[in-house]
Amino acid sequence: MHKQSILALSQALQKRELSSTELTQHYLNRISAATSLNTFISIDEKGALAAAASADKILKKGEGNALTGIPLAHKDIFCTKNMPTTCGSKMLADFHAPYDATIVRKLEEQGTVLLGKTNMDEFAMGSSNENSYFGPVKNPWNTNCVPGGSSGGSAAAVAAQLVPFATGSDTGGSIRQPAAFCGISGIKPTYGLASRFGMVAFASSLDQAGVFANSAEDLALILQSMAGFDKHDSTSIDKAIPDYTATLHVPFKPMRIGLPSCFFHAEVATDIQDAIRAAVKIFEQAGATIVELDLKLQSLWVPCYYVIACAEASSNLSRYDGLRFGYRTANANTLQELISRSRTEGFGLEVKRRILTGTHVLSSGYFDDYYVQAQKVRRMIQDELKQAFSEVDLILGPTTPSCAFKIGEKITDPTQRYLADIFTVAANLAGLPALSIPAGFSSGLPIGMQLMGDHFSETRLLRLAHYYQRCTTWHQTKPEDFQRGVL
Amino acid sequence: MTWQTVIGLEVHAQLKTNSKLFSGSATAYGASPNSQTSFIDAGLPGVLPVLNQKAVQMAIQFGLAINADINDFSFFERKNYFYPDLPKGYQISQFQRPIVGKGHLTITVNDQMKEVVIERAHLEEDAGKSLHEIPGYTGIDLNRAGTPLLEIVTTPCLFSASEAISYLKTLHQLLRFLDICDGNMQEGSFRCDVNLSLRPKGSEKLGTRTELKNLNSFRFIEKAINYEQRRHQDLLEMGQHVSQETRLYCPDTDTTQLMRSKENENDYRYFPDPDLLPIEITTKTLNDIKATMPELPAEIKARLRDKDNLTSDDIEFILSSPSVLRFYDDVRSHCKALPKTIVNWLKGTYTAALNDKGLSFEAPPVSSTDVACLLDRLTDNAITANIAKTIFATLMNGPQSIDELIAASGYKPQDSNQMEDMIRKIIETYPQQAADYRAGKEKLLSFFVGQVMKETKGQGDPAKINELLRKLLG
Repeated sequence: MHKQSILALSQALQKRELSSTELTQHYLNRISAATSLNTFISIDEKGALAAAASADKILKKGEGNALTGIPLAHKDIFCTKNMPTTCGSKMLADFHAPYDATIVRKLEEQGTVLLGKTNMDEFAMGSSNENSYFGPVKNPWNTNCVPGGSSGGSAAAVAAQLVPFATGSDTGGSIRQPAAFCGISGIKPTYGLASRFGMVAFASSLDQAGVFANSAEDLALILQSMAGFDKHDSTSIDKAIPDYTATLHVPFKPMRIGLPSCFFHAEVATDIQDAIRAAVKIFEQAGATIVELDLKLQSLWVPCYYVIACAEASSNLSRYDGLRFGYRTANANTLQELISRSRTEGFGLEVKRRILTGTHVLSSGYFDDYYVQAQKVRRMIQDELKQAFSEVDLILGPTTPSCAFKIGEKITDPTQRYLADIFTVAANLAGLPALSIPAGFSSGLPIGMQLMGDHFSETRLLRLAHYYQRCTTWHQTKPEDFQRGVL
Repeated sequence: MTWQTVIGLEVHAQLKTNSKLFSGSATAYGASPNSQTSFIDAGLPGVLPVLNQKAVQMAIQFGLAINADINDFSFFERKNYFYPDLPKGYQISQFQRPIVGKGHLTITVNDQMKEVVIERAHLEEDAGKSLHEIPGYTGIDLNRAGTPLLEIVTTPCLFSASEAISYLKTLHQLLRFLDICDGNMQEGSFRCDVNLSLRPKGSEKLGTRTELKNLNSFRFIEKAINYEQRRHQDLLEMGQHVSQETRLYCPDTDTTQLMRSKENENDYRYFPDPDLLPIEITTKTLNDIKATMPELPAEIKARLRDKDNLTSDDIEFILSSPSVLRFYDDVRSHCKALPKTIVNWLKGTYTAALNDKGLSFEAPPVSSTDVACLLDRLTDNAITANIAKTIFATLMNGPQSIDELIAASGYKPQDSNQMEDMIRKIIETYPQQAADYRAGKEKLLSFFVGQVMKETKGQGDPAKINELLRKLLG
């Protein structure tokens, strides 16, 4: 059952060959058997089965749609009324949101079945899911390795086939990088396409909601329901959403694919470079023209990203003061102590590091040199990429410079960790859509390929990704195949 | 050494929108704590602000009224600091580019006109309230958190308490007549902070300023300024420095006390709020709003003075609140009485009756139509002033038909000639008193008035009677 695409599952459900209750129970059993991966923070068995029963009623009447009865998991950054929303933090370990995020509501309206909330780096800050108050998540391909982050729980859950799809959030690569590390497909849409209302903010101008699934085909189906204008989000774009699924199979006209030379420098693992070049050949055979790009500002992407992300985060996380909700210290005699101790005790190390960095770059005397400068550079980065998209239809490259590293490996050097985002942050800085799909393996660990397009080019990205997945089988390979020696 | 006091004023005016600046919560004053607090107001994880366009419109109306530059592009910034009544840990405000730029307001001080320069006016959300009445606890009420404020800042161009008060009263009136703020200082919808410094007269350089807060009435503002300028003067004349501080006015002691030193002021780390789009004002928007502008106090004053020939006292009364003006205009447009007569009635009889019952022109117990009708009857001499007053008193208890009340009074308007004949007869009846009056005994006039009133069974119009008696007695 768990090997099927969402489309196939949906058809089976609608034909009543399978019930949502059966399907849900199947996944719940798999989740119980895989607790060592630590992918879930909360599981709502009762709620899930109740939702499945409702879905079955609708399906019985023949009124189901593409997602009715399909189980999913939400990254624990999306507010849900029926389950805690922890953001992977002690600060919100017992927080029960009194409302549902718009994304949660939209997917529920489609008749999906929510199984639980997935583990994540605390407040979405991290690239390995080692920064969670609830413990690290393990990569299903090699449990000594990280699944990537910050949406590590969602990625690992989909890779281990504990759920057909799971939502994530992507601020600097937090969907694409774990998708690459876990050998699955993940998409971050254009900034403003999916509502941020109810998605706990890390860096407001960079955050975007997205999704993980087993194929571009599945991504298209889910994105259809997630995308759309929300009046509760002032940065939400009021634009008609195209039918992503309808255009997946349309043969594309010869495309110009941009390959930035900086994506193939010496620091990128050889296996990864080889896998990408093999992928490029497949597109060339389909008639694509390859254009080499010289993105001169690439070395500024990561510093620019971190200045802005930390600045916005330092402000977004000020509301966690122990006064109205969340963790409150038991040990305070003054207001000052109450606030500072709640935050000191409630936040993990990486969160504190970023809040301090962000406060610093916004401080009087540093504001112009850091924050203002970063914003100016951001505009230049966006202009350079927009210019590139006048020459090419999409930009292709490795999602990450290396495969999944070992748990605990890079934890002593934070700036080294930040460089893992080197290929992904550009999409967030410029608000561009990007996805990652499996493109091979290196020593048993998945390799991800990133496709990035101009604003609102999701249709094109998904179509190309789907084409690639018709020509290859990387996305169909699962951890158990590797473990069985199939690889 | 002669010192010059230099004052700059910051007014926070709460805008009269139905909902808050960034959420749909109600803004009514006096609701039970946290009953008008949404998830957005409480700064819960994941919530986002959505701008209330009506607040923008009101800010623009203010800008137009003070002939200010309206910035075609302005944006919101976050002012970051920690306090329990500030749920998000930052206030959404405007810093670098406010919606309203430089403008001016003309005030009158001691019959002289002065142009006060307003540096800027910007939109920001209010914080909640801390309540200290619960023993051992501080209560946080977030009803006020998120209500829209227009912060209006002058340049340091005011040089005395009377200039400051005149500016504030003029501003207060303008905001009320624009219908963008109800100006209730006790409820906190019109709050003023004073920035004051002293410098040697003739000097161009500004002295160190202190900021005064907790000024809940015009009276307190005046007293606080007087105290503070003396305090500065005392320090400077002793050769000491004035510290840049924030001070609270204490009405009980009529002094200002240190609140916090501005030296250790928070670095607010302002940066543009990434959750909100910039405000873009097109020429069309400006023109649309211009078309909706109500009559401004300056224009109203001019027509009351030039067309209605009213005195400045009368005008002050009519402009004491938009509801008084509305009432006056309504009566005026429905009746033929002189404007002066109308004002006298409203200022005198009507106001006295309102005060008696603790009511106001906001919800007038006697309608403008009824007052107009009554004054028409008076003008036509169908009734006397006394009868009108009696009828008015009756109407205060509930609406009734004025003509029926007039009929019930049994008054028959006195024919002028008939009245003259009657008075002549009375004068002839009392020749001695008439002679004494003519000889200088003014007091005897009331004797005659009494006689005439007796004759008319108390229904005579005393004013008319007086006039005729004086005429006929010679």
